[in-house]
Order: sequence, then C-alpha cells, then structure tokens
Amino acid sequence: MEINELTKIASQVRRDIVRMVHGCQSGHPGGSLGCADFLVALYFNQMKHDPAFNMDAAGEDIFFLSNGHISPVFYSVLARSGYFDIVELATFRKINSRVQGHPATHEHLPGIRIASGSLGQGLSVAIGAAITKKRHKDPSIIYTLHGDGELQEGQIWEAAMFAPHHKIDNLIMTIDVNGQQIDGPVEKIMSLGNLRAKFEAFGWEVMHSEGNDMTSITTALQQAKLNTGKGKPICNLMQTQMGFGVDFMMGSHKWHGVAPNDEQLIAALAQLPETLGDY
Amino acid sequence: MKKYTYTDQKDTRSGFGVGLLEAGRENPNVVALCADLIGSLKMDAFIKEFPERFTQVGIAEANMMGIAAGMTIGGAIPFTGTFANFSTGRVYDQIRQSIAYSEKNVKICASHAGLTLGEDGATHQILEDIGMMKMLPGMVVINPCDFNQTKAATIAIAKYKGPVYLRFGRPVIPVFTAPDQVFEIGKAWMVNEGKDVTIVATGHLVWEAILAGEILETMGIDAEIINIHTIKPLDEAAILKSVAKTGCIVSAEEHNRFGGLGDSIAQLLITKHLAPQEYIAVDDSFGESGKPSDLMKKYGLDAESIVKAVQKVIARKG
Repeated sequence: MEINELTKIASQVRRDIVRMVHGCQSGHPGGSLGCADFLVALYFNQMKHDPAFNMDAAGEDIFFLSNGHISPVFYSVLARSGYFDIVELATFRKINSRVQGHPATHEHLPGIRIASGSLGQGLSVAIGAAITKKRHKDPSIIYTLHGDGELQEGQIWEAAMFAPHHKIDNLIMTIDVNGQQIDGPVEKIMSLGNLRAKFEAFGWEVMHSEGNDMTSITTALQQAKLNTGKGKPICNLMQTQMGFGVDFMMGSHKWHGVAPNDEQLIAALAQLPETLGDY
Repeated sequence: MKKYTYTDQKDTRSGFGVGLLEAGRENPNVVALCADLIGSLKMDAFIKEFPERFTQVGIAEANMMGIAAGMTIGGAIPFTGTFANFSTGRVYDQIRQSIAYSEKNVKICASHAGLTLGEDGATHQILEDIGMMKMLPGMVVINPCDFNQTKAATIAIAKYKGPVYLRFGRPVIPVFTAPDQVFEIGKAWMVNEGKDVTIVATGHLVWEAILAGEILETMGIDAEIINIHTIKPLDEAAILKSVAKTGCIVSAEEHNRFGGLGDSIAQLLITKHLAPQEYIAVDDSFGESGKPSDLMKKYGLDAESIVKAVQKVIARKG
C-alpha cells in the first residue's frame, strides 16, 4: 500500500481514537494518537495476518500490545483491518462490550491474543509465542509494542536478558519513545538513560525510527524484517510525540489518560480529515 | 477401617517428574520451563528425553509465566516448574493477567509447598498459595497426596485444557495410592467409609488422616476419610453426601487456615448443609526452619492433632 494511503487510514484511526475516548469520557488518547502511524503501517503494510482470526495464528505474524492502555488505537486498527465491525468501536469501555478498557481475550474480541494493561508482561508473552513459532518451523514474525515508561517494570529486563541468550531472532520489539508517562516526563519520573546502549549491551540489534513519519516507519519495519533470522532479537526505538495529530494534545503527558470534552472533540476532529467514514 | 500399607516411601515432586515425562511421551505439545531449579523439580528425565522441548529461563519467574502464556499461542502445553512460593506470590499478577484472565493452557507446577519444605524456613514455606490460586476465576487447583497420585495428576492435567495449579512437595512420605490409577480432576477419592465423622484431607495430610483413622478406630470412632486432591473445582456432592451421614467434618491441609481447603468446605456447608467443622491447618502464622516431621507436629498438622479435632467436632454435634 502506498504511503499516502496509509496516511489517510491513520487520519481515520486518529478520529476513531478521539471519538472513542470522548464517547465514554475515559481512556488514554495521548499514546494512542502517537502510535497510530505505527499500527497502521503494521496491519496495512507489514504484517502477514488474517482478519478471520485464529488464536493459534499458524503461518501468520503476530502483534502483541504490551502497553495495553493505548487500546483505542489497537481496536480502531483491528476494526479497520476487518477483524470486527467498526460500529463496535462505539461500545468502547461500556458495559456488556467486547471492547474492554484494556485488551482482553475473555470476551473473544477477534484480534486479541492476550490481556494487557498491567505493564511489562508483553515482551515475555511475545517471546513465548516466538519460541512456539520456531518449534513449529513457522517463519512468521512476532511484533510487540511497549511504552517507554513501561520499561521501568523489572519483568521487561528479565525478558530483555532472555531473548538474546536464547537467540529469539523472530521478534521485533518496538518501544514508543515519546518521553512521557502519566505523572510527567520520563526523564523526570524515572530516567531510562541511553536505551540504545542498554539494549545493545543486552545483545539486541537496535534500530531507530521516526514514529510519526509513515515513510520512516515502513522503511524501518522492512529493515527490521530483513534483520530477523540472524541470531538476535530486534529492538526498534521509535520516536513519537504523545498526542500526535491533535495540536493541543501533542508533546505533553497531560493527555495521557484524559478524555476530551465536547468542544475539544470538535477542535480535534477539525484537524483530522475523515477518510474512510466514521463509525 | 480399611487397611493401607506401603512398601515404598517417595517424594511427591518425584511423582511430578515421572508424570511429566509420561505426559511428554503422550503428547508432543507438552513442553517444560524451569527457573533454575531443574533438580529440585525432578525435571531431569523430561529434559534428557526432550531437550528441544525444554526452556531454561534462569532466575526470572515473572518472565517464565509470561513466556509460558505466549507459548500456548500455537498449541503448546507449557508446564512451569519452580518452588510454590515463586510459582504464586512472586508472580501473582503475571498469572492473573497473562494466564488466568487470558485463559491460557498453562500448567503451573509448584514444588516445596508448605511447612514440609523444612530447613529453608518461612521465606520459602508458602502457606497461602492455595488461597491465592483458588481465587483466580477458571483456575484449577490440585494438591495430590503421594507419589502415585502426583504422577497421575500430572498426566491428567496435560489432557485438560485450561490453567492449572499443581502443588506438591519435598518430603519423602509413604506411597499408598494405586500405582496405575486414573486421576479424575474434581473427583474426590473415598479413602475409608465411616459413619461418625468426615475427615477431608489434601496433600501430605491424607496419610496423617489414615493414621488418625486407625487411632480413632481403637477409640470406637468410625471415621469416613475423603481425599480432596482437587480443591477447585471442589467435589461438593461427595462432601455433602458424607456430611449428611456423619453430621460433622474435620478439614486437614498444609496451608494457612485462611483461604485453603477448610474455607472452601466451610463455605459449602454454610450454603448447602450446616454442620460443625474443625480445621487442621496452620493458625495464621509463618513457618520456621526445622525437620518436616517436627514442624508438622509443632504446627498441629499430624495424626494426633486430627484425632483431637475429631473428638472436638463430634462433641459439637449435639
């Protein structure tokens, strides 16, 4: 798919995100907006996947969202890819819905393979799925996404140690480096230091991408794919702006977990062209 | 009282090791993970026969639980192995989110449970694990009583689809159940039929309950002894049927009195059939270092304590 087509989808996904969060007056718009381009690139351009959805995903690539609170972007991209009807997005965070606050398998929403929300668990899960792929001689790739604040969880580093040791080279981990977490800038709350140096020291193949530039992301993901199968797991440090696409939400932790009011919704939607039709 | 004899004494963890190997032979999807305790978990035989189906995780139990959950995607049936303490409390949130809530087919296999871990002391003697695990929706909780039953349980859980907590231990104890038994999850085992009192026991307390039954017989008390190896789902019918006959019950387990088998039974009795109950369990305390048998005696988890509890509960029948 062409870059401009992907960009159009991302605009619609951003509309979905702000409308979903507004609709229930709860949820996490900031990180969702920042990662819209990445998830669109993955699902519409990079991943080999089947929206008919089979939990075991034999012969398919798998994506795990470890920072589950950015569920709006995940749900929108899944629905827009055909996993379920877009009208279901309107039920986000409401009672009797499959579209839970954080991703869950319990309600059998197609496209979700593990619950996430309690941070730091997705990399381990991805490694497990990657091992099963290898045992089955399935050459597919496992993708994950993590927040940078999420790296403060210790389990991430247990998994970061494991993956190179066991040569999990069918794994592409992307870290959303937006520099923000709920209580403030990551640098101020609990700085991560030199992430490239840290992951390289653990034995990962580390790369960089610009997460709000569709060309940069697609190129980076293609490069990452080429680097699979070479004995090392891959870590993509993806620079984004939290809230990207909505000027008053951009670059601040303040929109990490706050919903827009009616006026703010109108102002946000005015900046995001409707390209595929709202749900 | 039905006679139970034994010719051999073994640890339940060795039953797990043998069962794991057999489950591995029966189903190529059975895989194993361990967090640096292969010898303690008796996983050597499985690893020797299926080296490519074993994953060493190192001392990183949270990561192990997450990896096990992920492995199920694609059809693997992972058995995780570490001490009960590190299989539950240390990794509760990983089990809760990635395994139980995500409905993953992971078998959490936990050795060195309870006081009988012995000399290592309270840091390692978890007495709260049954409670934690049974509170998780959909989690099956099994605590077998000897080598043979642990082996059979290990083979059985490989055939069951869903998360399971399998709890076993370190001490060498009599092997008194049938060698080739078929283990049925959730089905109580009638150890001895009686009419005066029901004793329900799990894990290492089952042998103590048999010893207590023999003592009680000399006192003219006819005890019905039931082995509840599956604490969740509980075989309610078996317990209710027995209590309807005997009118009182003693529960016996190597666990804190809060949250264990005793509480599950009390809840059942309160809602379905009121009857006096006495607990044989650790009285809301941590353990300590010592020889397993000395600890079991000190904390009131032996045949003698069961006998006293039976006398007390019969007196309460009124």
